[in-house]
Amino acid sequence: MDLLAFFDIAVLDGTVRLGVPLLLACLAGLYSERAGIFDIGLEGKMLIAAFLAAGVSFTTGSVWLGLIAGVLASVILSLLHGLASITFRGNQLISGVAINFFASGITVVAAQAWFGEGGRTPSLSGAARFESIQFPGALTRIRDIAKADLPMKVYSELLSGHTIIVYLCILIVPFVWWTLYRTRFGLRLRAVGENPGAVDTAGISVYRMRYSAVIICGVLCGLAGAYLSTGLQAGFVREMTAGRGYIALAALIFAKWRPWQALGATMLFGYLQALAIRPDILERAIGIRVQTQVLDALPYVLTVIVLAGFVGKAIPPRAGGEAYVKER
Amino acid sequence: MTLVTKFLGASAALALSAGAALADPAIIFDLGGKFDKSFNEAAFGGATRWAEETGGSFAEFEITSDAQREQAIRRFAEDGNNPIVMAGFSWATPLAAVAPEYPDLKFSIIDMVVDAPNVQSVVFNEHEGSYLVGMLAAMASEDGTVGFIGGMDIPLIRKFACGYAQGALAVNPDATVIANMTGTTPAAWNDPVKGSELTLAQISQGADVIYAAAGGTGVGVLQTAADQGVYSIGVDSNQNYMHPGSVLTSMMKRVDNAVYDAFKAGADLEAGFNVMGLSNGGVGYALDENNADLITDEMKAAVDAASAQIASGELVVHDYMSDETCPVLDF
Repeated sequence: MDLLAFFDIAVLDGTVRLGVPLLLACLAGLYSERAGIFDIGLEGKMLIAAFLAAGVSFTTGSVWLGLIAGVLASVILSLLHGLASITFRGNQLISGVAINFFASGITVVAAQAWFGEGGRTPSLSGAARFESIQFPGALTRIRDIAKADLPMKVYSELLSGHTIIVYLCILIVPFVWWTLYRTRFGLRLRAVGENPGAVDTAGISVYRMRYSAVIICGVLCGLAGAYLSTGLQAGFVREMTAGRGYIALAALIFAKWRPWQALGATMLFGYLQALAIRPDILERAIGIRVQTQVLDALPYVLTVIVLAGFVGKAIPPRAGGEAYVKER
Repeated sequence: MTLVTKFLGASAALALSAGAALADPAIIFDLGGKFDKSFNEAAFGGATRWAEETGGSFAEFEITSDAQREQAIRRFAEDGNNPIVMAGFSWATPLAAVAPEYPDLKFSIIDMVVDAPNVQSVVFNEHEGSYLVGMLAAMASEDGTVGFIGGMDIPLIRKFACGYAQGALAVNPDATVIANMTGTTPAAWNDPVKGSELTLAQISQGADVIYAAAGGTGVGVLQTAADQGVYSIGVDSNQNYMHPGSVLTSMMKRVDNAVYDAFKAGADLEAGFNVMGLSNGGVGYALDENNADLITDEMKAAVDAASAQIASGELVVHDYMSDETCPVLDF
């Protein structure tokens, strides 16, 4: 038994890397669902952003253009979701599923037509990819870091060596909290998700609020997807989101639709994923060998526990999933 | 012109015999698609090589969903294509259903066994090829720790891992082999992000050569290994070109040879088992200009010697799938 092993720096570093795309997708879902639009299309939007970010980065040689393209693609899908579920009052779940299927298919077909490499983009290098930012004096190679002492490990591995999106992410949670709870826009956004009728009576357009929410959702999903293919990886591979959009949704429920808790939930889920790839550390920490599948399943198990009401109550926004009808 | 030729050919064939209208061979690809840079593309390569060498033509089809399998086999069988080759273990069930209905035709399935008098089952001795790259890994490693990253946790992938570990330990009995699987669902074949994380985790545990048998997930493994300055080993096709100087070698599974041989045999294709191992060029390791500087003459000599011993049966590599255990690796 060595409980300190749970705080292995390499695992914490992995937590940050794996947690960031979950956090961005989770906050994307938070905006959308707080405005009353359920969105299970997070996965599809991340996927299409990952693809276009990698494709455009490779073609233009600039990762920033790739990022913009990825975000745009994600926003377009968001608007499609908005059109179906806000303007045409369609079922939000069905529209979300459709987006996931669409993205899963179109990315492979387009990648094959564009690059002819079997639904992949070529490997990105140089300026076509987000390089990790190294702090002065930090070690860059994992092999050197593994031999370094603790403060150096924390500095080189945990603090230094991430891409710019990760550092921006530190600011994003307070920003989301501030917009939701301290601005007029946030108040209206939350109200639209709870009681759109009241918002409408106050003379504010429900449609406009909901469209702004899905656009923000698209931007954040786009960032998450672009980070996967151009930050964490150097290229797109089909289905590379591998269910992260769904884990982000689980995290959103776990966090009960609140920004700071979303940070905690996504980092916890990221931590579980990072721990799952280090069975040796887990064995050192608790003294017995645990199947990694148990850790992989934990995010979903925890979500079910929360949903079942064992840890407080997870109450979704009251008007969530319902199209707003102005006049009957 | 082509159309006319086709019509003439078709009518001539019809006139000759009604039973086998077109004796062209056919190939059906699995869900990965014809251009997957790996398994299916190798199969396509073998078919193309046959067509170029003999001037013949072949029919082909890429399925887009599992539901199309039986229909695809049946269509080619109705057209009289012979033999009909299908790449991938998922074809076993539909083939077992269709094959008895066309006793005059020959079928060939790659990576799986179907017991029927007109079916050839091609299986590969991946453990033998993995043994060789395991030897190379242990010889290239500075610290004596080598890694293995598998895709989905299925017996076939454990077979790779077990052969690899045996090879590494044969060269260096004190070597440590770290083995990880990406997951337990098909998503594990396409999760390069997790592949990268596994690679970083193995490097921090001291691994300096990492073998990826993980489909699309391997792209992340090879990338991260190149970024971190350690060696990686590719799989199925020759992946040395992906990161020259960093990919130590690739374990080649000659699916192309299997398809080529089946097409060449034509209607005389021999039913039963066809085991593609080191002895008949079914598996091997890749050596080309991209990794020529990484493989020393000494390494090459040692591996070639072991390869000859395995081919002659003098050295037996344990096959995980024979008894579902691995003597040297604990999963």
